[in-house]
Amino acid sequence: MTDQLVIGGRSLQSRLFIGTGKYSADTLIPEIVKKSGSEVITVALRRIDFNSPTGNVMDHIPSGMQLLPNTSGARNAQEAIRIARLAKAAGCGNWIKIEVISDNKYLLPDGYETIRATEVLAGEGFIVLPYISPDLMVAKQLVEVGAAAVMPLGAPIGSNRGLKTKELLKILIEEIPLPVIVDAGIGKPSDACEAMEMGAAACLLNTAIASALQPELMAESFGMAVAAGRKAYLAGLGRTEKYASSSSPLTGFLHN
Amino acid sequence: MEVVLNGVVTDVDQEMNLWEFLLSKELNLETIIVEHNEVIVKKQEWKTMILQDKDRLEVLKFVGGG
Repeated sequence: MTDQLVIGGRSLQSRLFIGTGKYSADTLIPEIVKKSGSEVITVALRRIDFNSPTGNVMDHIPSGMQLLPNTSGARNAQEAIRIARLAKAAGCGNWIKIEVISDNKYLLPDGYETIRATEVLAGEGFIVLPYISPDLMVAKQLVEVGAAAVMPLGAPIGSNRGLKTKELLKILIEEIPLPVIVDAGIGKPSDACEAMEMGAAACLLNTAIASALQPELMAESFGMAVAAGRKAYLAGLGRTEKYASSSSPLTGFLHN
Repeated sequence: MEVVLNGVVTDVDQEMNLWEFLLSKELNLETIIVEHNEVIVKKQEWKTMILQDKDRLEVLKFVGGG
């Protein structure tokens, strides 16, 4: 059975997207990629600190991965557009995760500025994957302005709290004719599995793997959980009942 | 003359092009991105761009992120 996710003309076997932040060493990344089976990986763009120069994360990303640079650090559409253009000029390809945040406590995204940035960048030929709160009207406008997917949060970034926005995610999955990728907040493989069972197109996570005691093993677990959840969605979950319903025949008992 | 490098005023002793300036900062030139007065400068243009007083340079690289 072929069940591929197609975004921006690229077919993906794996529905797990991973980040590259918070690892104790960037040298772990190749093994994380391998164990997770992921084909899409996020990176960020920052000023070089001339007082403490460090290595470049790109040196550790296996070739063939779809790079998904983010616009983290952008506080408005204009800054996000600037970062996206820089990433593209750096040879990062034309995929971009729009992340516009001006709230430093909960890191919740600014829907209005995200829509503005998406419209401009999609018009320039970028494959735009915007990070959003699971707001139906924001998602609908992103469809209008040319987003390639929408990426609603399950819980605040880096919180590992799981699918706190589950009811709203379900609405987006039902109503939005684009891949819905649950991004942020996923803490456990069971969270990712549940999102996939609900019909999410993919999951994007970073902290849950990077903060595990054994990140490589957790990467493998997440890869399996996402694949399992996807298969369950395709299989169609059975209905739930209030009362018991015997799985064995209720006739032919050995007593009268 | 002075240029503003990643927000910090930096002295430049002699006339030099952008490529020479970046080399003097001991950077791996393969993996960096440069903005000159808010315009992205392609690598092939680094050797022909002579730095001017008060130029604003942003020198960036990719880091881990989610």
